Amino acid sequence: MYLPAALVALAMSLPLLYLVVRASAAGRSAWNWLLRAQTLQIMGQSVGLALAVMLAALILGVLLAWLVSRTDLPGRSIWSALLPLPLVIPSYVGAYLFVSFFAPRGLLQNLLEGWLGIERLPSVYGFWGAWLVLTLMTYPYIFLAARAVFSRGDRSQEEAARSLGCSPLETFWRVTLPQLRPALAASSLLVGLYVLRDFGAVSILRFTTFTRAIYLQYQSSIDRSAAALLSLVLILVTVGFLIAEQRIRRSAAENPHTAVHPAEVIRLGGWQVAALGVVFLILLFGLIFPTGVLFYWLIRGLLAGERIANWLGPLLGSVSSAGLAAMVTVVFAFPVSVLSVRRSNWLSQILERWSYIGYAVPGIVVALALVFFGANFVPGLYQTLFMLLFAYVILFLPQAMGSIQSSLRMVQRSLEEAAASLGENPLRVFQRVTLPLITPGVASAAAVVFLTTMKELPATLLLAPTGFSTLATQVWGAVSEAYFARAAAPALILILASSISMFLINHHATLSGSSQRQ
Amino acid sequence: MKEPLIKCDHLKKAYHTQPAVEDVSLHVYEGEILAVVGPSGCGKTTTLRLIAGFERPERGEIWMQGRLLSSPDIFVPPEKRRIGVVFQDYALFPHLTVYENVAFGLRKQPHPQVNRQVNQMLELVGLNHLGKRMPHELSGGERQRVALARALAPRPQVLLLDEPFSSLDLDLRLKLREEVRTLLKGMGLTALFVTHDQEEALYMGDRLAIMNEGVVQQLDQPEVIFSQPINPFVAEFMGSANFLPGRVVEQGIETEIGLIPQQVSLPAGSEVELAVRADDVGFDLKGPANGVILSRVFKGVMNVYKVRLHSGLVLEAFQPHYRLFAEGQPVRVFADAGHELACFHNGAAIKGDERHLDGVTKD
Repeated sequence: MYLPAALVALAMSLPLLYLVVRASAAGRSAWNWLLRAQTLQIMGQSVGLALAVMLAALILGVLLAWLVSRTDLPGRSIWSALLPLPLVIPSYVGAYLFVSFFAPRGLLQNLLEGWLGIERLPSVYGFWGAWLVLTLMTYPYIFLAARAVFSRGDRSQEEAARSLGCSPLETFWRVTLPQLRPALAASSLLVGLYVLRDFGAVSILRFTTFTRAIYLQYQSSIDRSAAALLSLVLILVTVGFLIAEQRIRRSAAENPHTAVHPAEVIRLGGWQVAALGVVFLILLFGLIFPTGVLFYWLIRGLLAGERIANWLGPLLGSVSSAGLAAMVTVVFAFPVSVLSVRRSNWLSQILERWSYIGYAVPGIVVALALVFFGANFVPGLYQTLFMLLFAYVILFLPQAMGSIQSSLRMVQRSLEEAAASLGENPLRVFQRVTLPLITPGVASAAAVVFLTTMKELPATLLLAPTGFSTLATQVWGAVSEAYFARAAAPALILILASSISMFLINHHATLSGSSQRQ
Repeated sequence: MKEPLIKCDHLKKAYHTQPAVEDVSLHVYEGEILAVVGPSGCGKTTTLRLIAGFERPERGEIWMQGRLLSSPDIFVPPEKRRIGVVFQDYALFPHLTVYENVAFGLRKQPHPQVNRQVNQMLELVGLNHLGKRMPHELSGGERQRVALARALAPRPQVLLLDEPFSSLDLDLRLKLREEVRTLLKGMGLTALFVTHDQEEALYMGDRLAIMNEGVVQQLDQPEVIFSQPINPFVAEFMGSANFLPGRVVEQGIETEIGLIPQQVSLPAGSEVELAVRADDVGFDLKGPANGVILSRVFKGVMNVYKVRLHSGLVLEAFQPHYRLFAEGQPVRVFADAGHELACFHNGAAIKGDERHLDGVTKD
């Protein structure tokens, strides 16, 4: 078991190690390039955008979660179900819908030109556009985390505060909110990571962060070492975010509380209208408006003679590459998962950490690393589907491992011991007892990897063999050339795929949650 | 009689997510510990929550020192009641240290005073060295003490304790309940103590309120409840293992194990039931047998025998540890109480003579 696990962990880290080698061998000009003021600007823009999105998402997420879980807001169960939905829109699809509405040659200008003769709109590109789109895509992370804490909310603690002389408002400030802190800190760091890793939205909205700079540098320059250096700086920043997130999560895990009773409902009174207004505004921009624009382009495209056959190729490309990626990733995830759950020691922990590398590294960086690696070591494989699959495995192995590990943890050790005491060897025990029990978890791991792979953009863009296109690259290509109608159908399929994967992840989390409670 | 500090009149709270309170009336005197005891789901915790102000009653009133706290129309919020609560799960604030937890309710006082009060409380519960710890770094018993110190710190007029020892080991539970009782008595504090454990209730309570199905069945001193249960439920809950059918005759009550010379105010021929504890039943090998030994369980200081009478009725009987009989041995069973037995007719206690049944609220 150790050997295959070690091989997987090694394979996962090889390209990135090579990236380090490559960057350290960078020429003087590349180092100069890295030390220019422009690099600092990119750094500032990346981190600045991440922080601005985190702040906005935090305020929105907490406010909305509080409204739907603690107040008498009318229709709160409906809002509670609708508000997380923007999560299923891939960031570049969100950016596409935004741009296709507001940009020059976009929907809004067409309308305004027709009716009012306005020909120029303020630019949607740059910081504010990226900020708005990414905030709308990411506030659900905070919303879900805050809602979980609010609804779990230990009533007896709040009652204790009341019996010690606190009014309901004081109780919220002194008891409820401080307990939200770990969940909020962890989820806003996840939002920060999302922004730092994001390639599609910032590229479409033409705001230069690390990922876009790496892509541009990769495309334009002859000495690609600069892109490698830039990638390493980005990895350092994301690893910083990840470590902070893990720390907070661990300290939060030390405060388990048992919730027995639902919390008290706060009456909004006259604020109901304002609260409904906020909820409606968010749903308008995060859900209704994107859906409307999407269907507008879809119908307009069909009317203009956009042929369905045109996106059959990309669909086939997506399904085949994602299907292969799902199978390979699950197979790769097995040895390390089993080892880390069943034999917890320093070696298995190191192997597990290494296999999680794809979690810390943005897709564009993994792709870049594989480009270097492939071109120099395995030129035969460069520009083949194999290289693309490799990137997918690196990126999505953590997801598959998470799912397999959690289903393995649900299999009681005593079941396997019972089988062993009945005379089965370890392999047969796994085959006859463990495997049947974790099959649902493995299937959901495969499904989630499949659906996430379909959405993947930057690695596919860099590594797909010539002539091979997927739904994601189709959207990207159409949007870069401002053929907005052509992007609608693939975008719709991607949103559907993403919805199903979110549902599966959620479903699985609920299942493992309930069985742990028993 | 002096005025009670807390008075509940005909409280009703039938809420689908928790055990209902159908009709609860009780009162607690100043400086007294009232133990509210009953099986799970009897409504004892809901009663406590009503008094704390966490629930509003649908019907009935709660008074404290002549001030109306709760009624269907009037409701004083919990923060204005000056009633301290010790929760079953302690409900310590996980984000605050032990010191900060205890200081939580003292915020409106000047700083030196808070400091003095917190230290005094921590000293009272023997935890002054743990002020800087976080709740998750404490043992179960320590958490329990912090919860107590926190509830006592603002000097409440009444303290409510909701099964405060239920998540502790037996040893620790016995130790802590002794400590807590001594502490409450030393402070002269009025307290209402909820538990499902009758033995704990007997220990903690100056008086006991036995609850079942949302109603206070009997409220009295422990000794009275023990010896004069008002109905078979109370008798059984207080540990009576056996109910023996009997018939009233001129000289007393005729039963399968002989005549019980006990006068009751019922006409001859009435059917009654006698509550007989295992320590009220004796047997020997003299005279004609009226039962056989079914089983014996050795409990160290004594043997617990199950004896089947000829009618098929099974009685429990204690015997000293050295008295060993074989299973299947025919024996003569008799009543060996040395006191009057509780006697019920149609599910209600029958007065044999002058009985002390103050505070009974059964309707």
